[in-house]
Amino acid sequence: MSVQPGQVSSEIDPPSETPGESPPSGLWRVASGQLAHNRAAMGALLVLVVIVAACVAAPLYARYVAHTNPFQFNVSGTTVSDGKTVPVLQQSTTGLRLGVTPIGPTWSLSHYFLGADNDGRDVFARLLYGGRTSLVIGAGSAVLCCLLATIIALIAGYFGGIVDGVLSRLMDFVWAFPVYLLAISLSVVLLASGGLNVGPLHLASNSLWVPTLIIAGCYLPYVARPIRGQVLSLRRSEFVEAAVGVGASDVRIIFRDLVPNILPTVIVFAPLMMAINMLTESALSFLSIGVRPPNASWGTIINDGIGLLYTRPAVTIAPGLALAVVAVALNVLGDGVREAFDPRGRRFGRV
Amino acid sequence: MPSPLGSPAVVLEALLEVRDLHVTFRTRNGLVTAVDGLSFSVLPGEVLGIVGESGSGKSVSMLSLLRLIRDRNMQITGEVIFNGADLLTMPEQQLRALRGREIAVIFQDALTALTPVYTIGWHIVEQIRAHEPISKREARARAVRLLEEVGIPNAERRMDNYPHEFSGGMRQRVLIAMALSCNPRLLVADEPTTALDVTTQAQILDLMLELRKAHGSAIIIITHDMGVVYEIADRLLVMYSGRAVEQGPTRSVFRDPRHPYTWGLLGSIPQFTATGAKRLQAIPGSPPSPLRVPEGCVFAPRCRFRHEACSERPRLRGGDDHLDACWLPDEAKEKLRGETLAYAGGGREGDHAGSGAR
Amino acid sequence: MLRFALRRALSTVVVLWAISVMVFLIFFGTPGVDPALRIAGRDASPQVVATVRHEYGLDKPLPVRYALMMYHLLIRRDITSYVNPGLKVVPEIASAVPVTLSLVIGAAVIWMLVGLAMGLVGGALRGSPIDPLLTAVGVLGVSLPVYWLGEVVNLITQSRLHGSLFSWVPPPGYVSPAQSLSGWALHLLFPWLTLAVLYAGIYSRVFRAELVTALGEDYVRTARAKGISERRVLFRHAARCSLIPVISLFGLDFGALVGGGALVTEVVFGLPGIGLLTYNSLQTLDLPVIMGTVLYAAFFVVLANAVVDVFYAALDPRVRRA
Repeated sequence: MSVQPGQVSSEIDPPSETPGESPPSGLWRVASGQLAHNRAAMGALLVLVVIVAACVAAPLYARYVAHTNPFQFNVSGTTVSDGKTVPVLQQSTTGLRLGVTPIGPTWSLSHYFLGADNDGRDVFARLLYGGRTSLVIGAGSAVLCCLLATIIALIAGYFGGIVDGVLSRLMDFVWAFPVYLLAISLSVVLLASGGLNVGPLHLASNSLWVPTLIIAGCYLPYVARPIRGQVLSLRRSEFVEAAVGVGASDVRIIFRDLVPNILPTVIVFAPLMMAINMLTESALSFLSIGVRPPNASWGTIINDGIGLLYTRPAVTIAPGLALAVVAVALNVLGDGVREAFDPRGRRFGRV
Repeated sequence: MPSPLGSPAVVLEALLEVRDLHVTFRTRNGLVTAVDGLSFSVLPGEVLGIVGESGSGKSVSMLSLLRLIRDRNMQITGEVIFNGADLLTMPEQQLRALRGREIAVIFQDALTALTPVYTIGWHIVEQIRAHEPISKREARARAVRLLEEVGIPNAERRMDNYPHEFSGGMRQRVLIAMALSCNPRLLVADEPTTALDVTTQAQILDLMLELRKAHGSAIIIITHDMGVVYEIADRLLVMYSGRAVEQGPTRSVFRDPRHPYTWGLLGSIPQFTATGAKRLQAIPGSPPSPLRVPEGCVFAPRCRFRHEACSERPRLRGGDDHLDACWLPDEAKEKLRGETLAYAGGGREGDHAGSGAR
Repeated sequence: MLRFALRRALSTVVVLWAISVMVFLIFFGTPGVDPALRIAGRDASPQVVATVRHEYGLDKPLPVRYALMMYHLLIRRDITSYVNPGLKVVPEIASAVPVTLSLVIGAAVIWMLVGLAMGLVGGALRGSPIDPLLTAVGVLGVSLPVYWLGEVVNLITQSRLHGSLFSWVPPPGYVSPAQSLSGWALHLLFPWLTLAVLYAGIYSRVFRAELVTALGEDYVRTARAKGISERRVLFRHAARCSLIPVISLFGLDFGALVGGGALVTEVVFGLPGIGLLTYNSLQTLDLPVIMGTVLYAAFFVVLANAVVDVFYAALDPRVRRA
């Protein structure tokens, strides 16, 4: 008899601590537990909740606290500052004394808290309304972008071959374009053509859908490409091969085996995309090719404030700060989500 | 065994003496004890085999000896005396001078163990020049000699190849050459053959034995493979869940294994007899989570022979230098082992000797 | 190698062509966008519009118009603006390039120095209080809207503190380095810093993440076991490998910025570069200029991709033979 110094078989190897295909339910539980322990991420979430709540309550504030309509010009209105009644737009006191200067911040929530803009509208109330638009477009385009990217990635990665070739090349072409340039080109064209008309679908050029769709489309390759890579490697994994082998249908494999495994990646992308998309939306709006009147967003308010930059900087600074706070919160939350799902950076590999 | 002291009259002083080593990690879910009161020593030129399942703390203990684990949540206590100095309390600067020169490490999976953007030659030259003030040209010449010594064909040309251009076995040889480049007195090999196929494994083990003769280094070899330690080790240390459960001379442990866990390890080596292959015996269950280590004997939950005494933690004990940590009475061990290792010869050493893969 | 280069060149040409078609279709294929109306003016009679349409070849089928435009843009290089008929597009782009290059190169130097230093310190000192601090600064950098930051910088340097601290800051605009080297640098200093804030944030985050991953790799453990200094482990092993993805990212970002990605910075600081040119032509739907600038942008992006591939091979021996 003899002893074969072969590798002691897996019998004495305990189940590895990080199983290759962890059951998604366990992953979700572990990840949400991790996230709940992440103080920075929870703080960010709290900030987001407060800001969202404030923006949702914008009509209540405008109606019951500030008593103004922030979408109506109020050129000859008055308000109370330091106990005195003053006009919202004051005669300019500098230069040639031509034109008017809106009132600055009064720091009183019921009387033009952050002052007025050139049309005598309450900047703080507009800020809250603008936040709604910015948040809706940011979240909407992030959801849309992640959803479409997932669909494209699943189709390309699962079916491979020509389908994958065509979709991937298309993504490469779009991505070879500087994002801002593409977004700006599309926005300009859609504005010039008075909206989007595809068959029965009609979108007015001032619809919020226009910037939402454009931004979602521009960042599609950014999200789709890494997910496609993941689908591709899952497609070659043993458990999917096995499912194909026993004759499971494509739809079943996609929804039972692929979707649960790529979902964490998509979830990780969502908050980061929302931050990027909100910044992009504001840049487009700042260039007056994003959100159109009568809607306001933080970008358009910054744009409104440019003419007043040196006299009433609050009009520009406030929405920018709001945007920065939300973007920081989303990035911190996104980092937290990524850490929770992917503590060692395996899911994305390298950037 | 070559003795650096020259005279056999002098009692050999241990090259490395580890006393009561504890390694703990603070985690979100509580304190994890990876290594719990490990003590052992290595004589100059000796080969010590450390065996255990993955997660038994063998790699962690070896890495912590050299303070190679950078984790702010880790705490090491105990004493690690090398050459009269404690590695655990030594200033980093001083320890660094020992690493690579006096104590070298050979890691598992040489592909990830070598920085991918540098050539093999660069790696070896870096190792040599880290400790010896010689010119690049001299270092390079020595690196070529080392590569030739470990059996790499066309060594001169292969110097300028990158790690990914080598096969697994060749890469492992490169790592060995690198580890030997400063003639260390102690070589720590962490699963040096695990990533390799069986034929290459045997070649690498033979190479290590040859090199031990040529360089006189003591070797600590960490593995989960009883076959490997049988081939190469003078003494054995069996670890389970961060503790030593049995230790002693290799021959003695193979002939007379005393801990039920060791029986399990021996039982799961494939056996080929005249009557055909024997069925492998797996150890039932899996090692305890380091967060929920049992109160008493750590192996008790998986042990077929557990009894009341096992609710208290056993210490390593034994008369000669063959120690074990099991409450079973010695006579009972003899009997139960026979039943457990029910293969022809009952693990009699005489039957193994000279056979195996040689 | 030659075949690889040829394939590479061919795919570059294909990408450029595809982009030109895409841009052409965006502007000429979208229903409702009629350049002739723009050129003829708001109150032009239908006859005038028809004449204009014929004169500019806008009544020809799309493929012919595409071919004509590309012919004039690339081969004759005599294409003129629709809005400003005397304006030749190609020289206009050529005169804008130095401005954009000045802006982007200066900003790139700053953001690479600052971003990599932040990432290096953060990654190397992981677990110390400095790391989360640097991470917070990095997050702030990527979260500030660039154009808004530019406006705030203008507010401070041109108005609020212009009388005291920043009296030396010249008004927004561009001065060629041939005219005055110090004027060039002074005019560009704040645009550089503004643009660099975002990218320093991105690069510090990316480099830190790469470095942390690298420091957990087996090869770093091997390097430590060799007994070399921690500084050498960090720079020669961990940072050296972490730089590879950062360099490739840099190539792409640099290409995109030179190609017009710095548009908002140029608009805010009134720098007459490619971005501003594109922006102005977009506002007036000046299609020849748009086609020119966008193709130029695509050219830079694709060129950057190719350069990155070459650099990647030089930095990472693993891809050299792929």
